[in-house]
Amino acid sequence: MNAMNGPTPTPAPAPDHRTLAVPDLSLVVLVGATGSGKSTFAARHFKPTEVVSSDFCRALVSDDENDQSASGDAFDVLHYIAGKRLAAGRLTVVDATNVQPEARKQLVALARQYDVLPVAIVLDVPEQICAERNAARPDRAGLPRRVIQRHQRELRRSLRHLEREGFRKVHVLRGAAETDAAEIVLERRFNDLRHVTGPFDIVGDIHGCRSELETLLTALGYALTRDDAGRPVDAAHPDGRTAVFVGDLVDRGPDSPGVLRLVMGMVAAGHALCVPGNHENKLGRYLSGRKVQHSHGLAETIEQLEREDAADPDFRARVREFIESLVSHYVLDGGALVVCHAGLPEKYHGRTSGRVRSHALYGDTTGETDEFGLPVRYPWAEDYRGRAAVVYGHTPTPSATWLNNTICLDTGAVFGGRMTALRWPERELVGVPAERVWYEPTKPLASEAPGGADGRPLDLADVTGRRSVETRHMGRVAVKEENAAAALEVMSRFAVDPRLLTYLPPTMAPCATSKEEGYLEHPAEAFAAYRADGVRQVVCEEKHMGSRAVVLVCRDADVARERFGAPEGASGALYTRTGRPFFDDPEMTERVLGRLGRCVGAAGLWAELDTDWLLLDAELMPWSLKAAGLLRNQYAAVGAAARTVFPGVLTALESAAARGVDVADLLGRQRERAEDAEAFTEAYGRYCWPVGDTTRGWPGESEEPAPGRPGRADAGAGGTDGLDGIRLAPFQILAAQGRSLAALPHDEQLALIDRLIDAEAALASSPADGDGTYLNRLLAPTGRLVVDTEDETSVAAGVRWWLELTAAGGEGMVVKPLAALLRGADGRLVQPGVKCRGREYLRIIYGPEYTRPDNLARLRVRHLGHKRSLALREYALGLEALDRLAAGEPLWRVHEAVFGILALESEPVDPRL
Amino acid sequence: MFLTISTTGTAGAPATDLGFLLHKHPDRAQQFSTSHGTAHVLYPEATAERCTAALLLEIDPVALVRRSKSQGRGGAPDSALAQYVNDRPYAASSLLAVALAAVFSSALKGQCAARPELPGTSMPLRIEVPVLPARGGAGLVHRLFAPLGWAVTAQPVELDERFPEWGHSRYVQLVLEGELPLADALRHLYVLLPVLDDAKHYWVSPDEVEKLLRAGAGWLESHPEQRLITSRYLARRWSLTRDALARLAEADDAEAEELDNAVDEEADTEEKPVPLAVRRREAILGALRAAGAERVLDLGCGQGQLVGELLKDTRFTEIVGVDVSMRALKEASRRLRLERMTERQSARVRLLQGSLAYTDRRLAGYDAAVLSEVIEHLDLPRLPALEYAVFGAARPATVVVTTPNVEYNVRWESLPAGHVRHADHRFEWNRDEFRTWADAVAERHGYGVEFAPVGPDDPEVGPPTQMAVFHKLKSDKPTPHNETAKEAKAV
Repeated sequence: MNAMNGPTPTPAPAPDHRTLAVPDLSLVVLVGATGSGKSTFAARHFKPTEVVSSDFCRALVSDDENDQSASGDAFDVLHYIAGKRLAAGRLTVVDATNVQPEARKQLVALARQYDVLPVAIVLDVPEQICAERNAARPDRAGLPRRVIQRHQRELRRSLRHLEREGFRKVHVLRGAAETDAAEIVLERRFNDLRHVTGPFDIVGDIHGCRSELETLLTALGYALTRDDAGRPVDAAHPDGRTAVFVGDLVDRGPDSPGVLRLVMGMVAAGHALCVPGNHENKLGRYLSGRKVQHSHGLAETIEQLEREDAADPDFRARVREFIESLVSHYVLDGGALVVCHAGLPEKYHGRTSGRVRSHALYGDTTGETDEFGLPVRYPWAEDYRGRAAVVYGHTPTPSATWLNNTICLDTGAVFGGRMTALRWPERELVGVPAERVWYEPTKPLASEAPGGADGRPLDLADVTGRRSVETRHMGRVAVKEENAAAALEVMSRFAVDPRLLTYLPPTMAPCATSKEEGYLEHPAEAFAAYRADGVRQVVCEEKHMGSRAVVLVCRDADVARERFGAPEGASGALYTRTGRPFFDDPEMTERVLGRLGRCVGAAGLWAELDTDWLLLDAELMPWSLKAAGLLRNQYAAVGAAARTVFPGVLTALESAAARGVDVADLLGRQRERAEDAEAFTEAYGRYCWPVGDTTRGWPGESEEPAPGRPGRADAGAGGTDGLDGIRLAPFQILAAQGRSLAALPHDEQLALIDRLIDAEAALASSPADGDGTYLNRLLAPTGRLVVDTEDETSVAAGVRWWLELTAAGGEGMVVKPLAALLRGADGRLVQPGVKCRGREYLRIIYGPEYTRPDNLARLRVRHLGHKRSLALREYALGLEALDRLAAGEPLWRVHEAVFGILALESEPVDPRL
Repeated sequence: MFLTISTTGTAGAPATDLGFLLHKHPDRAQQFSTSHGTAHVLYPEATAERCTAALLLEIDPVALVRRSKSQGRGGAPDSALAQYVNDRPYAASSLLAVALAAVFSSALKGQCAARPELPGTSMPLRIEVPVLPARGGAGLVHRLFAPLGWAVTAQPVELDERFPEWGHSRYVQLVLEGELPLADALRHLYVLLPVLDDAKHYWVSPDEVEKLLRAGAGWLESHPEQRLITSRYLARRWSLTRDALARLAEADDAEAEELDNAVDEEADTEEKPVPLAVRRREAILGALRAAGAERVLDLGCGQGQLVGELLKDTRFTEIVGVDVSMRALKEASRRLRLERMTERQSARVRLLQGSLAYTDRRLAGYDAAVLSEVIEHLDLPRLPALEYAVFGAARPATVVVTTPNVEYNVRWESLPAGHVRHADHRFEWNRDEFRTWADAVAERHGYGVEFAPVGPDDPEVGPPTQMAVFHKLKSDKPTPHNETAKEAKAV
């Protein structure tokens, strides 16, 4: 037991100057009769917000702080406020008479509920003084003397029992003088080592495996010190690193005393910290003479200790003292690291109570036992969502794996596994194999780390309600509840498995509205905006008019299953911007992934990027493939209606005109509208073509194919794989194993992608290659042009390039900073890209007749602010998802960011932007 | 947005009388401002033999969108009408009907001050509507107009001749020919254009019933499709706003209905319960009662039909309906009249949005959970997540699962071979597949399982619905809280 956990009676009176020790997180209960000066005392020693007074709460609920009939409600409020403060880890002082044991009992229970220490400060002030003080207050002048007398009586009766009631510190101040002279000193909790920042080497369960411990410490770079008998008694790291032992030093293994000697030496020398394991706890109880069963390897330890007795009779006592001095857990490194034996939920970090200690030693159990008669452990780490990393041991697992920012380092050294250490803050694992099986396990080592890759679903609390996602690049990004609710439905009913859904593409804002005659969007605006942001080099990328597709392609199905939990036979995923599978038929997905994977291999990118999977952002064409419903019911329908109605309209008007009725204006206008409708039909038709069926002729086959629409020559001849007509235009490689590529400059990105396209061409022309040549082409290139925003000639070339592209039927282009990920002078993220859509293409968005001058004038009034902000927030979440994926963070962390993007996509914003 | 009305005449009864009836002079082009654009009336021909009046409604698509601006943010129009790519400027929609009534109001009422004898007279009429949106197709157009004495020609319009595989559009080219009073013809159009349009952006104002009664007087009462006409004309469309789910569909170039399809307001209502659904609920209630369950989860509660049944039996003290669709929950709340329930009643029931793709600690500790016609709405690869959420995490004592038996599909006369029973069914299992799955789930999570048929148990293909009832096994013996138990912790 450390001093912390034992009551500290205040020594008897009475120097002039009393210092009262109060743990910096505790519930301080003032005890004293009315008029004893509690409020004055509290105001002098504590911040006003730290003090919750019953008078104040009485006034809150009844408008009268002396209304005794409101006491019940007032104390409910007081307990509620105090509870909220304690839950948040804030020192709280209760200013009420608290002279009755019932009142104090509730407060002790409150302190226990929040795992903080209850502290009593008694103000034992003579009745006469209390009476005088009350008399001086108009609202209490009428208080009968007998009330004070009753308080005094109750207080006297209570004094002796305060410690037994559960107060861990009791300070009694006798008389007004002592009260006035007292001073409060806040003391740090024993488990609070936030100021100790390491670096650390945290060592998992040892169980008497002294030799392996020596090997591990040596591997970690520690130099061992040995005594005359050659036994290690200390180890120090030349760089001043600190070892931290997670407990279970003893039992089962060959040399528990040897391990204790070394660890005790390191702790005494300040080279190590140690928290107790359940085995130390039991050994401690044995050593202090309690009756315990000698099971689970204690018998071996006792035997080994007996052998020590002859040479070193004091050793047992030193061990006992050492074990008693151990603190259940430590909060280290500014609060970023918590070390304990069996794991600890966030609400227990830095707290002090019996159950915190119990959880730290034994973990959480469900109360059930398994088929081996062992308690069923509650997988607390699965629920863990805290910011601090929790490093622990206790549960033997084959390998140490991070789960929700927790890691178990018990890799079963004594059972013939390994002894493992974690370097902090490097988060690097160092392990040594056991020299042999020292002890047969009761049950086989669990086949998987807790909550490992076993398909356990995410928890609803990870995603629903109003949330705020912490991002590296933009701070907190808020998600509204209603948007999360919509995203939940889509994610649950339509999306691919979250393990495969590691990213969703952010929305993109258009360039500022152009004032150029006849145009709503024009690249001059995009170049000017980036110039204003201080971005010189931008890349214009051809915008393909298809459907956005994210592609996760793995080297093979085994990689997909092991790394992403893909279903049998799937080598990745291909999904839309809301996470839905692009093809209903998994077979089609596999064909696309198979082709892409072969190209990656042929281009040598698996090896070059040192990865066996890639995540790509792409556009999949034709548009008609995915948007068929929309095309039929909206775009083509409008075209059909217009095409069918105008001939009749024009004939009627022409006949009327022939009769001499004045309809010239009307007729002229209808002719123009008919032309607009025709242009509209042309516009959407460019992005539609049949796929997977080569027997059918292509629309407009004789015409020159538009850039957005690959003609037969470009796409190759027909094949037999159902991919005819399907074109995938990757434009960014987002991530590979262990790294996000979001910051790779776009010219390098496109160079990598060009190699994929070249690889496909090479595969197609090499008949020697495996299962025959590819007659069709899946991968489509992306045209691009680099523009210097400061150079007028270059800007003019950019505008010209766009005009040519769109005149030929292209959708338009996206202008991006060449350097990809950029911050402006103000430190904020720069828009990762803006789109400039072509004049004809925009008919699909703003309607067939949008180019008419009076329509354009009105349409120019559009508000881009919300769209821009949304684009940036989604971009930040996307980057975050990729960073978390790269860092190997647990699924819920990646999913949190991905889910956030989907939720933001449902924010109301002008859908035409 | 365009239609023509023609008539033929003789010297005694010249066709140009049409001008009197319409109150529009055949030699002038006139324009009228209506709520959705400018209506033009003009006569392409006007002789004694033949006279044609044309109504052209010029709709301003930009104004159409901007009018509903108030609901969006940053000037973003947010209603279903707010679509610049809109057929309203081209098709003969409800907007044209409104314009028709405004421009030809006297003719519609059968008033003609100059020639009072004309309105009551039948005349040969030919009405052409080149683009008529017709939900229900040409067949319905016939069924609606033919009983009124019209000879009907309804020619379907192809969507796009470049893409013949897209098939027909929802439009027809309509020609009506008949001999009847003009006022009748106009009233037919006034009612039936919106009925055929049946668009989601058709709204109903409180006086719409009266308008229908007035315009339908004399013909609607005896029309064989009276029910369809009335219900479509007065249909109150839910949610005209682009809600969050619709916006996600839009982000994917999909129609809102593709995602927002969790609620079928027509199916299995109090008034029209589906017999098999009733049998299913009886079977489920039987299983719950047999298990002695009091606190029950209805996972995937949809519109709350089962929740409603559970409420009727007071042995069920706590009933929690969970669904992932907010629309379903809203509909369930409306049907169950949660807001009007007494406190004692409403304390027994809660509706929560939840998802079985995620574990959910709110669902732990219940006596029973029902998954009625739920699993088949999940893609198979995502079923393990549901399995863990229910059997691994929530772990109710009893779990009742029902799902279609695909073998029985051959007995549904209306179901084409090889089709699933509901568009959103991602799979349908035969009895063997269901048992294999259920046995494996029970084995993995420490449950026992029994099976029961729901509906007529066909000797050959089994019942239409199959049910599995899982019971948690009581192998988890409580351990005495003593030293041994503490020792046991010290692994």
